Amino acid sequence: MQIVWTSTLHSYMPIFVSFLHPLQQSQFLFYCCLISLSSLHAGKALNRPILRFQSSSWVRTVSRTGKSRGPEEPRIGVFICHCGSNIADIVDVKEVVDFASKFPNVVFAVDERYVCSEPGQALIRENIRKHKLNRVIVASCSPRMHETTFRKALEAEGLNPFLLEITNLREQCSWVHMHEPRKATQKAKVLVASAIAKATLLEPLTPMKFSVTPAALVIGGGIAGIQASLDLANIGFKVHLVEKTPSIGGHMAQLDKTFPTLDCSACILTPKMVDVSRHPNITLWSYSEVESISGFIGNFKATIVEKARYINKSLCTGCGTCASKCPVKTIPNEFDLGLGTRSVAYIPFPQAVPLIYTIDKENCLYFTKGVCRVCEKTCPFKAVDFNQQDKKVEIEVGTIVIATGYDLFDANRKPEYGYKQYKNVLTNLEFERLISAAGPTGGQLVRPSDGRAPKKIAFVQCIGSRDILTNPYCSRVCCMASVKQAHQAKEKYPDAKVFVFYIDLRTFGKGYEEFLWRVQEEGVNLVRGKVAEIYRKPKDENLTVLFEDTLLGQTREMDFDMVILAAGLEPRVDAQQIQKALKLSMSPDSFFLEAHPKLRPVETHIAGVYLCGCAQGPKDIPDVVAQASAAASQASIPLIQGEVVSEPTIAYVDKELCCSCKICESVCVYDAIEADETDEEKRAKVNEALCVGCGSCAAACPARAITMYGFTKEQISKQLAALLTEPT
Amino acid sequence: MTEFEPVIIGLTCNWCAYAGADLAGTSKIQYPPNIRIIRVMCTGRIEPEFIFDAFRMGADGVLIGGCHLGDCHYQEGNYKTALRVSITREVLKSLGIEPERVRLEWISASEGKKFSETVKSFIEEIRRLGPNPLKGAPEA
Ligand SMILES: Cc1cc2nc3c(=O)[nH]c(=O)nc-3n(C[C@H](O)[C@H](O)[C@H](O)COP(=O)(O)OP(=O)(O)OC[C@H]3O[C@@H](n4cnc5c(N)ncnc54)[C@H](O)[C@@H]3O)c2cc1C
Ligand code: SF4
Ligand code: SF4
Ligand code: FES
Repeated sequence: MQIVWTSTLHSYMPIFVSFLHPLQQSQFLFYCCLISLSSLHAGKALNRPILRFQSSSWVRTVSRTGKSRGPEEPRIGVFICHCGSNIADIVDVKEVVDFASKFPNVVFAVDERYVCSEPGQALIRENIRKHKLNRVIVASCSPRMHETTFRKALEAEGLNPFLLEITNLREQCSWVHMHEPRKATQKAKVLVASAIAKATLLEPLTPMKFSVTPAALVIGGGIAGIQASLDLANIGFKVHLVEKTPSIGGHMAQLDKTFPTLDCSACILTPKMVDVSRHPNITLWSYSEVESISGFIGNFKATIVEKARYINKSLCTGCGTCASKCPVKTIPNEFDLGLGTRSVAYIPFPQAVPLIYTIDKENCLYFTKGVCRVCEKTCPFKAVDFNQQDKKVEIEVGTIVIATGYDLFDANRKPEYGYKQYKNVLTNLEFERLISAAGPTGGQLVRPSDGRAPKKIAFVQCIGSRDILTNPYCSRVCCMASVKQAHQAKEKYPDAKVFVFYIDLRTFGKGYEEFLWRVQEEGVNLVRGKVAEIYRKPKDENLTVLFEDTLLGQTREMDFDMVILAAGLEPRVDAQQIQKALKLSMSPDSFFLEAHPKLRPVETHIAGVYLCGCAQGPKDIPDVVAQASAAASQASIPLIQGEVVSEPTIAYVDKELCCSCKICESVCVYDAIEADETDEEKRAKVNEALCVGCGSCAAACPARAITMYGFTKEQISKQLAALLTEPT
Repeated sequence: MTEFEPVIIGLTCNWCAYAGADLAGTSKIQYPPNIRIIRVMCTGRIEPEFIFDAFRMGADGVLIGGCHLGDCHYQEGNYKTALRVSITREVLKSLGIEPERVRLEWISASEGKKFSETVKSFIEEIRRLGPNPLKGAPEA
């Protein structure tokens, strides 16, 4: 509702007006009137439009601290960069310097080969001193490149860094008008004039500082979340690790061996899981979910819901009596992907952490039929508690790490491969459970149809990956997983024939290509070709694989008695819940989006929130662990610093102008501007820690009470005037 | 008479369209110099008055460039802009200014090509429309 409200009413969309409550309608119309009244009086005489504008008597000079702007006359210095030849070859920089020096407040203008270089910065600093400059303009590359560099130069001379204006003569002038040097020079002048116009109105701004709660929240207890939690806890911070399922471990716990070294997955994972449970700095919230998150970097508040296990976690010792006495033992075990069964009272796998049993309410005889309670009677520690309720807990943290992992691609979405239609077609993850000694068959690799050992096995690559109909991306782990599994199959049954059907085999990691060589030497056959379809022979449940052999250029068929589909990795179905709670962005593939693909790979757009593991995109365990440590280290920076500094280019409400309409409040998606409850007129007030400086409120405020620092109405208006004045 | 050279004001958000314009630059994709850009953090900052101001001061067209819907760096800024621009166009129409003189485009940081194509086609459109009808109108 909030979205409809904010983006319709206050963005005055006529179509929606009719759907609005009468009161909202009148507010809407009031707003429209204000807009048109305050900005222009329209009249039509002789069919010619005439605009008349209000005087700008409301122009204010309040700085963000409420003090009026420095009294000093602007003394502007203009530094025009050649960028080697990038700008100077097209734009006549000398002419632009001459042009700039004629402006009344410009006391100094110069060109320089590379303003961003050490000598270039020294030139700025020297002239700030020499000419007592109090505004600096750099006409160079995009402000997105070097803003920080130049701000630092100002700061070094004791000048407020926000008294800098950069204008873009390279990306948006010389590089795009390479064949029109005259026009490019004229445009460069206009751009410089606009910067001068803005610079005269620049104000010193001071970033705000906020204290940081020295604790972190890690969401997701797979290997990514485990590693991030341990790192943060070892640095010395309190960590809340929230895991949705009854045990941490994630997908890694389901794997048998791990490529390329073939370590047993449980052997390397279990010690880490135990470390988590024992670490004095880690609070493990298993079988729990994050319901909501509010606040901002350094000061997040999260509500965790700990779901009822119907077993008291402080009394349960993990003895398993409940599970063995429970009369219902035929529930498909999620951990074994339904290949095995469990009791209603269960732990997902023997090494579960925490080792606490859970009663699955939906299948429990007591909850469904009101009878039984056998576990309650037999538990030696009286740990069963049918009255347990979900528990809500509020925690406070300074930073958040998202490690919610992936879902396996649902092979049913590719019906041509017969998954779930033919008994002997399995996924790669099911293969892991079958071959695992702790799995449903005790490590026997057998055909589900008849329990027989397979003699001819096919691995079919890229199921739901590199496929425009499903997921266009590469899932990055399935090639190596199949090569590993082919090796395992050969190891179990040296006489079996094992084929891998691939489009490309991607074995890019350290030691991966060598592993592929080894597996080929063991006799695994690699066939380059996309499998089109799989048929079943009803008599013996054997399978025919139809594929295009791209090396021979032929369509061929081959018979197998077992087929493993290399299903890809997908974003979790429930990832949106976290995305919405934190207002994170997703990349087009629906994995969580990093702040920058190369330079800020574990940060998000929301300050204080970091990403790691397959939540950010498919990757193997070495990459997951490296990324988790990176995220932990990033997440520890604000915690170690103890305070965070916010951008000062945010909104400010002038109370004298505010009419308490609350329009801004409904427009702001960050809840950063609200009626000030301590003010008797309930006028609006900006929460400086929450405001991100988007400017939506300023554009919506009918009373023009809101100033956007760095992008004020007056500055933009002056820029417009300059841009629309032809240079001489 | 020399050919009419439209003056176009670009109002672009820092995260997408401005970055897209930068990419057009880094990729050296050429377009005519008729456009002059003002950078704001988000298109949600753009007041209808900026657009009115631009026309009052003599712009022949205003190009607003933001992130694709759903990609706004500040979640919903561009939705607000879309709605604001549509009403701004209505107001302009009632003032005798062709609403086509305001164009709104979603241009991502990776769409340098789209940025230059948009600028080119917009300049052509404004050329067809001719100069801003307010030019030469008496300030009352
Ligand atoms: C068949 C197969 C074989 C593989 N073999 C190998 C191999 O041999 N070697 C190798 O390096 N890699 C292998 N991989 C890849 C490996 O599985 C992943 O790299 C790794 O498990 C990813 O770890 P993760 O922590 O990012 O995600 P996950 O393991 O998916 O863990 C995510 C955790 O977060 C929890 N969670 C999710 N959402 C929430 C929420 N909202 N709140 C709380 N908790 C939540 C989940 O319950 C889960 O415990 C294989 C993958 C497959 C499919
Ligand atoms: S600042 Fe005041 S007048 Fe402006 S939108 Fe907010 S409540 Fe209304
Ligand atoms: S500028 Fe700040 S207060 Fe205004 S809408 Fe954006 S985040 Fe909210
Ligand atoms: S940040 Fe680009 S439109 Fe909002």
